[in-house]
Amino acid sequence: MELWEFTALELGGLIQRGEVSPTQAAQVALDRMAAEQDRNNAFVTRLDGETVLAQAAEVEKRLAAGEKLSPLAGVPMALKDNICTKGVRTTCASKILGDFTPPYDATAAEKLKTAGGVLLGKLNLDEFAMGSTSETSYYGPTRNPWDLDRAPGGSSGGAAAAVAAGECWYAIGSDTGGSIRQPASYCGVTGLKPTYGSVSRYGLIAYASSLDQLGPLARSADDCAAVLELMAGKDRRDGTSLDAGWGSLTASLTGDLRGLRVGLPSDCFGEGLDQEVRAAVLSAADVLKARGAAVEEFSFPMMKYVVPTYYIIAAAEASSNLSRFDGVKYGWRAADYEDLTDLYEKTRTQGFGAEVKRRILLGTFVLSAGYYDAYYKKALQVKALIKKAYDEAFEKYDLLLTPVAPTTAPRLGESLGDPLKMYLSDIYTVPLNLAGLPGLSMPCGFDGQGLPIGAQLIGPALGEAKVLNAAHAFQLDTDYHRQSPVGKEAQAK
Amino acid sequence: MTWETVIGLETHVELSTKTKIFCSCTTEFGGAPNTHCCPVCMGMPGTLPVVNEKVLEYAVKVGLALDGEITRSCRFDRKNYFYPDLPKAYQISQLYLPIVRNGRLTIRTESGGEKTIRIHELHMEEDAGKLVHDPWIDQTRCDYNRCGVPLIEIVTEPDFRSGEEVIAYLEKLRSTLQYLGVSDCKMQEGSLRCDVNLSVRPAGSAELGTRTEMKNLNSFKAIARSIEYEARRQIELIEEGRRVVQETRRWDENKDATFAMRSKENAQDYRYFPEPDIPPLEIGEDYLERLRKEQPELAEARMARYQADWGLPVYDTQMLTSQKALAEFFEATVALGTPPKQAANWIMGEVLRRLSADGLEAKDMALTPRTLARLIELVQEGKLNRNTAVRVFDAVFADDGDVDAYVKEHGLEQVSDAGLVGSVVDKVLAANPKSIQDFKAGKEKAFGFLVGQVMRELKGQASPQVVHQALRERLEQL
Repeated sequence: MELWEFTALELGGLIQRGEVSPTQAAQVALDRMAAEQDRNNAFVTRLDGETVLAQAAEVEKRLAAGEKLSPLAGVPMALKDNICTKGVRTTCASKILGDFTPPYDATAAEKLKTAGGVLLGKLNLDEFAMGSTSETSYYGPTRNPWDLDRAPGGSSGGAAAAVAAGECWYAIGSDTGGSIRQPASYCGVTGLKPTYGSVSRYGLIAYASSLDQLGPLARSADDCAAVLELMAGKDRRDGTSLDAGWGSLTASLTGDLRGLRVGLPSDCFGEGLDQEVRAAVLSAADVLKARGAAVEEFSFPMMKYVVPTYYIIAAAEASSNLSRFDGVKYGWRAADYEDLTDLYEKTRTQGFGAEVKRRILLGTFVLSAGYYDAYYKKALQVKALIKKAYDEAFEKYDLLLTPVAPTTAPRLGESLGDPLKMYLSDIYTVPLNLAGLPGLSMPCGFDGQGLPIGAQLIGPALGEAKVLNAAHAFQLDTDYHRQSPVGKEAQAK
Repeated sequence: MTWETVIGLETHVELSTKTKIFCSCTTEFGGAPNTHCCPVCMGMPGTLPVVNEKVLEYAVKVGLALDGEITRSCRFDRKNYFYPDLPKAYQISQLYLPIVRNGRLTIRTESGGEKTIRIHELHMEEDAGKLVHDPWIDQTRCDYNRCGVPLIEIVTEPDFRSGEEVIAYLEKLRSTLQYLGVSDCKMQEGSLRCDVNLSVRPAGSAELGTRTEMKNLNSFKAIARSIEYEARRQIELIEEGRRVVQETRRWDENKDATFAMRSKENAQDYRYFPEPDIPPLEIGEDYLERLRKEQPELAEARMARYQADWGLPVYDTQMLTSQKALAEFFEATVALGTPPKQAANWIMGEVLRRLSADGLEAKDMALTPRTLARLIELVQEGKLNRNTAVRVFDAVFADDGDVDAYVKEHGLEQVSDAGLVGSVVDKVLAANPKSIQDFKAGKEKAFGFLVGQVMRELKGQASPQVVHQALRERLEQL
């Protein structure tokens, strides 16, 4: 078994025991990135080898000095390129931030650094995290390592692809409407969107502030638990952050599911769902049952409202959040302009891509005088109803199980022509963001073309321990999460 | 036809917290451009606002002083517009749930009566930066030092009927804010700014006329003059059979006139929505109770106390409490043993005269109560006469000089030595036989002339009482 096939915790263990050095691990990652980048374009920015190895050497020194860092000290990782990194350019995959180098670290990035994380680079995404395929990046689309003609999902497509292709042991993505879970599903990795507020958003370049949340993508639920522990917590720089009070998440991974009540919302298994995906997710329910969980179907009629509600709220907040990119203070500025208004118009017209502009226009419209009550205010009211529906569901069930996406990974270019269809494919993931709930995507099978399928476990607010334990139990009895696309293509050829 | 002017005010007040509303940068005025900022107040990508609890506390204190209802769960909202002085392209303000509603402030009117001005709301928001145009290179530069300095905006109902009422309200508001210690209220530094909404209607009418909003008012004088001008402009328009257009107008200090800036049709759509980065602020009863207990004694309570304890006239108490620092100065002077009425007279007379002449506010003056108390003491002991004392006052005012040293150095101590005065009287009488005759003939004026002569010989430093007495005695003996 190659070093890059280990999980992050396994590699972390080898490093703790002195069997592998952080420098060795970093070199493996650098080699893997060099081999894969031209194929899958997972990274927007790769740090040069010297910088990466210097970080690894620093961790090595700290460990040698007896410093207690973390179980993941020395494990190479990468961050989605909408997470600010001090001194490392952060583009949001946009032309408009092409030369933006933040003078500060995001809180999550800083915490991982303190814990001994070794940063490899910044991962590709849909421009400003707006998209479901990672094709709207100004720096070219990322490709799915399982089939390079297919999309890796999005918007954290670079993160999912890099973990799947063995370029890093874990990655941090952001999830506003499914942007961690859906690419995790398409790329056959495990991804967790934690409860809103459990990870500080400071330094995450906002798409929709009330929905955005940072989370890990990795090879196993255990890894996700370990990474989340390092990042989570109340942050004085983020007023919406909270102290989850989980205790040790990794310690709660017992695999014991006896007495666990799992609900299957029937409205998530009906029309529009691919049959192979449906079958794989239902068989995942059987695995949980075999471990002692009680599984039951129930009706969840709110599903028909979730997509429009999500797109109104997300677009409204985005239209405001992205207003600061005006060419005045930082980032890209149009070359020829007549006056101030012209500077704004040209910079924003030429600096943003089509999907971003579509959402800015949509958001500006729903907040406009005369439309606010009809759209935005109503969407907030529906959001409250959706949250209430989940609260009621969690009176009966400990966890919910649904598909992550209606299909497996689409071919590149297939979704861009039909944005409405792309928006509708977010149906299973967006309601969790509206309700602020934790959700995990775990590999649960492959379709006839060999593409990974994901199942989504949903917990009540701050119910991460339950979600992670159920996924851990599932992964004890299955090996979908240990499958790798690397070399498979070569064999086929 | 007689016309009635109807005015409502929006007052922006910079709060004097040490740090900005959403980050820990200093709020200090001035500084080299862009030295009082950080990624948060410059709106850099990914940064987030975190509410400075002092700002909330100050806003609630003002709300309590204005007798307002405190919103127990209040929120911030985003006001969206593009302008280079606003780095996020939105201002974090409050629209839907302002911190205070339905307050009031009672003012004294010209006629000596009282009038209550209703406060519609008070909300918290962040200040914008400053744009500096450099005509030499034809470029506009942004200075973000002021970005994120905390403001409260106090909005009244249209309850004013004259410029005098508006000024009385602003003076009272400024005094209240200073008593609370929440703002410097320096208009020249922009920490108190005013927008005036004005309309006119036939006297007795219940309907409101079309209003205009005047901006760029940065002194009480400008406010009073712009109100006078704008009311006259509107009345003339209507009397000529034309319409008042609802619009924003700019007051031009140099031209003494208002000019249209933008009409209602061109008004911006700010697309307000609840600020998602800041959770609702929940205000508990305990918190309110603590702030109520901490409220300082305001002007009205002090006025009542000065009247009851020291028998001062209403006018005096009003003057003394017009500025918190002045009231404190007064009380400290009395505490040093000065009779309250004496202290009041000196403060209302000389201290206010000098403050006004020097363009100072009471809190900025160097003079200490101890110095004034000593000066008054010397007058009372007969060691200085009143006129000389004023001269000494003017000399020590600027840098709180030593009264005794100054008097000694300049030989100003009053001559009360009866022997010395007597010998001067003799000398003057010997030189003015005509005046003696006049006096004997019943011309009282001659006595005044002789007093003047004696005082001149003594360089004005003699006690008038002693001079009078000595002169009468000698004249009677003649």
